[in-house]
Amino acid sequence: MKVDIEIKLAKYIAIDVLKQPNRMIDPQAALISSGLIDSFSLIDLALYVEDEFGVHIDDSELNASTFDTIDQLSDLIQNRS
Amino acid sequence: MQTFSHILKHHYEVDPDRVCLYLLQTNQPDYPITYRSLLRGAAGYAKTFKNAGIMPGEVLVLILQHGIDLFFAYFGAILHGAIPSIMPYLTEKLLPERYRADLASLISITRPSGIVTYKEFEEEVRSALLPEDSVRNLFLSGEIDLPCDPDFESLCGMKRTQDNIVLLQHSSGTTGLQKGVALSHQAVLNQLDTYGKVLGLNEEQDVIVSWLPLYHDMGLIACFILPILLKIPLVLLSPFDWIRAPYRLLQAVSTYKGTLSWLPNFAYNFCALKIRDRNLEGVDLSTWRAIINCSEPMYLKSHMVFFERFKDFGLKYEALATCYAMAENVFAVTQGGIDGPVIVDEIDRESLQLEKVAREPMVGKASIKLLSAGAPIQGVQVKIVDDDGNKLPDRKIGEIALYSNCMLSGYYNRPDITQKAFINGWYKTGDYGYAVQDQIFVTGRKKDLIIVGGKNVYPQDIEQLAMEVPDVHPGRVVVFGVINKELGTEDVVLIAEIRTEDTAERDRISDLIRQTVTRGSAIALRQVVLVGEKWLIKTSSGKIARQANRDKFLNELC
Repeated sequence: MKVDIEIKLAKYIAIDVLKQPNRMIDPQAALISSGLIDSFSLIDLALYVEDEFGVHIDDSELNASTFDTIDQLSDLIQNRS
Repeated sequence: MQTFSHILKHHYEVDPDRVCLYLLQTNQPDYPITYRSLLRGAAGYAKTFKNAGIMPGEVLVLILQHGIDLFFAYFGAILHGAIPSIMPYLTEKLLPERYRADLASLISITRPSGIVTYKEFEEEVRSALLPEDSVRNLFLSGEIDLPCDPDFESLCGMKRTQDNIVLLQHSSGTTGLQKGVALSHQAVLNQLDTYGKVLGLNEEQDVIVSWLPLYHDMGLIACFILPILLKIPLVLLSPFDWIRAPYRLLQAVSTYKGTLSWLPNFAYNFCALKIRDRNLEGVDLSTWRAIINCSEPMYLKSHMVFFERFKDFGLKYEALATCYAMAENVFAVTQGGIDGPVIVDEIDRESLQLEKVAREPMVGKASIKLLSAGAPIQGVQVKIVDDDGNKLPDRKIGEIALYSNCMLSGYYNRPDITQKAFINGWYKTGDYGYAVQDQIFVTGRKKDLIIVGGKNVYPQDIEQLAMEVPDVHPGRVVVFGVINKELGTEDVVLIAEIRTEDTAERDRISDLIRQTVTRGSAIALRQVVLVGEKWLIKTSSGKIARQANRDKFLNELC
């Protein structure tokens, strides 16, 4: 279910990236282009997605044009799994 | 008499077919560049600069990404006798308006006569120019004279003298861009000569592998100018590719039998934590003889994490080295770990923090292990001084001061800050440390500067940006660095006093602060903490005390 993926991603980003465990993140909010996720954390996100969902995101895809929101990333995960 | 142009001429004539640089880019084949092609490309640029009326000794700002245009333009400026200065390229995160403001501020102080960029970036650059400023020419990479054989007889770079300024080196951010370190041919060549000897460089055996940006001194001097002038082959990845795929560095070392690399401390942790085994199949790191930790505080733990992760791939512990460097000294001040492992000093923690002395550890009390930055390289003298400039004995913490044959000529067009930087001819680094015989240990910083992943961040720049958010008021925001042991670098923390108690409203403000800061500086805030009124500590003059607030944060909020 896409919504489950979204919840897991939002939780991961709030806790591990932003260090704000209680933070709600809108699935439509820009993550990369807004600077919410910086380049140091991009690879962590890719590794998390790989471990959690078994979906590989190539390093050349780690930019805002591949995905910029939780919604887009969830679609990508669903399409590839 | 030797200058950059004379050395380049020599390589062009004696060893034209030797590859000086392999450019590695994602999804593209590796691209080797010989001295002939480098100098021919540079000669095209030099011709263009000359025909446009750029005079030797004038500054040219290069706004180009890692790639062949940047290499050609850089050495083209030098062959023409002009002074190149690389400005970081606009990234997708940075707000164009902010970039323009930074560029305009760089122009107003450095007063370049020309800027080199891409056609697609022309409008951006033009919009930062003013009718009365110094820039007479905008050069576009697609409209440069074709590569041609350099005619050294007529190249103006051949007529420069050793004390002429050869290049400018800026650090990033609004504050950094207003402070260009001007270096002479003599200073750079003195540094390369002694540093090359300390490293025991051998042009037949050594290969330097780097992902560092060229607008930073570690990338520009150690991993661009040094290899090209000293004929050590260079394998260059882009920082953009490396941060997304750190394994590429190790693969490149393995493929090209790399022997030397320079890394900021965080890169040891980053590589160790983020590289998967599947990206290391067949990787052999046994040729790597010096991996030099430099440009931010160094931790033994980072070395250990890196070594443990890659020892099964041929990595030798003795390869881990250290260096203390700064653009004001061209690059290296000290170097450690070349002839033997880096020296580790275990000292009593409390004495260091409270008494400013590095004492031997005491039974039953906490101790810390510090990595030596090594001994000063030849031609460089280092002393530890108190606030009045008096030399301190071994193991007493004081400010690190240096005197050398490779010092900056000055901060370009900034006689005011140049004068302040020296005391009786000694350059005051603003770093704290101690000496034990010839070994130098760096323990902290006098200034509020934050170093993130080797990049200098001035807290005042970030505070200024945060104040653009309507709910954040001057004097109610503070920015400082806190060491993140897992990452091996500093986290940037911002604290702002906010009136509202509403959670949703506070989330909105904290997002807006993050966004404004990132888009204004390309720096990501690791933590944004909103506090109530009167939380922040101020000095008696009403200024925000960064250090005191940092301590309060660590005690109360961590």
